[in-house]
Amino acid sequence: MSTAFYDELGPVGRRKVRWATAIGAGVLVLLVALVLKRLADEGQLSAQIWGVFLNNPDLADLILTGLVSTLQAAATAMVLSLLVGTILAAGLLSDNRFISTAVRCWMEVFRGLPVLLLIFFVYLGAPAFGVVLSAFWSLVLGLMLYNSAVFAELFRAGVVSLPRGQKEAGLAVGLTQGQVLRIIQLPQAARRMLPALVSQAVIVLKETSLGFIIGYTELLREGRTAVEYLGGQYSIAIYTLLAVIFVLLNLMISAAAAWLDRRR
Amino acid sequence: MSVVFDNMHYFVAGLSLTLQLTLISGVIALLAGLIVTTMRVSPVPAFRGAAMVYVEIVRNTPITIVFFFAAFVLPQIGVRLPYFTFAIIALSVYYTAFFAEALRSGFNSVAVGQAEAARSIGLTFSGVLSLVVLPQALRSSVPPLINVVIALVKSTAVASAFGVPELLTQMEHLANAESNAVLMILAATACIYLLITIPAGILATHIERKVAFAR
Repeated sequence: MSTAFYDELGPVGRRKVRWATAIGAGVLVLLVALVLKRLADEGQLSAQIWGVFLNNPDLADLILTGLVSTLQAAATAMVLSLLVGTILAAGLLSDNRFISTAVRCWMEVFRGLPVLLLIFFVYLGAPAFGVVLSAFWSLVLGLMLYNSAVFAELFRAGVVSLPRGQKEAGLAVGLTQGQVLRIIQLPQAARRMLPALVSQAVIVLKETSLGFIIGYTELLREGRTAVEYLGGQYSIAIYTLLAVIFVLLNLMISAAAAWLDRRR
Repeated sequence: MSVVFDNMHYFVAGLSLTLQLTLISGVIALLAGLIVTTMRVSPVPAFRGAAMVYVEIVRNTPITIVFFFAAFVLPQIGVRLPYFTFAIIALSVYYTAFFAEALRSGFNSVAVGQAEAARSIGLTFSGVLSLVVLPQALRSSVPPLINVVIALVKSTAVASAFGVPELLTQMEHLANAESNAVLMILAATACIYLLITIPAGILATHIERKVAFAR
């Protein structure tokens, strides 16, 4: 697609591209050199700082504990969001106008709020009803309130995109509305929306990092604890590690989805 | 209810900071996003690669980590700025990638024939882009761009954990001070966010329909 914006390059064009590449690389090298110099001036490139992972076996334990907590919260939130999202989608597609309007309003409200506010809603709001929830459940339920609305919208879009005949054929052989949705429409919708569902799964994993704000000891919280214990000069090394872990996890989710997609 | 009205000035102060965060980082990220998108479709392979790597890394990193880098790592290398500026940096760096993706979807929506026609009358890459593709792409980019702005409004709430007294921070203070009216305060805060995000969402859908109809 992008090749449509310029002609096949001739000798002059190729020379220009070489120049642009050289200048671009030069600017990049200059930037990297400036950052490295800054880091070196502040003593941030020493072997002591980047060796922190080798010299502190406790640190590896801490990060690993955090990683497990992050994955637990993400997996629980994912499963609950998918379940509630399916129920909401069923309500949204219901022929009963009252139900579908009520569900639509519910979804618009929860999709329109910051996830962090929803987490606080559960965390601060539940005690007002006499229920005290742990940080884990506050985080998971907050994520669920938001993401179930997103999943429901994805399922709805998937079902609506199916040919009408699918539903009509299902009804014609005597299935009920609910059976048509469950046996015929939702499985196909889920397949059609797979790429969008996977990118939402990546978002759920990223959003578990908000748990550190309410004191859930996930990856970021453990990293922060480590930095507070070891000293601020270690923040670059440790936070870089956290970023790398998140990027790798999310790339793995996307790769797994692509693999599943190819196999089917 | 009176709790909310008695403390209205806190909500207004918070909302004002939330809007400032959105506006400033939104403008920066939109302009930077336009540069990143241009790099992504440019004839120079190195630019295409660099832009892609940037977008992929940012999209797979939680915004909280970007805030960590802005608020905790920058001071370590001698950059000392107010928390508000750190929040602007974090939000701009993060949302550049999302604005870039929204713009790219707009570029892709322009019919291939448009760019081909522009090339056939002898326009170069910059001419094709600035005279033919971009003016049409901006039009169909508006709905996805509005959706990114909605996400940005919601993400400014993360700044509350990093010392910026925006809407969510004010809510936390009030909830601590008036612990018997927590639900009222939470509901009022939610309403303020919804007053921004729901009309914006309706606007996006409306424009999407108009643009789709015109094509």
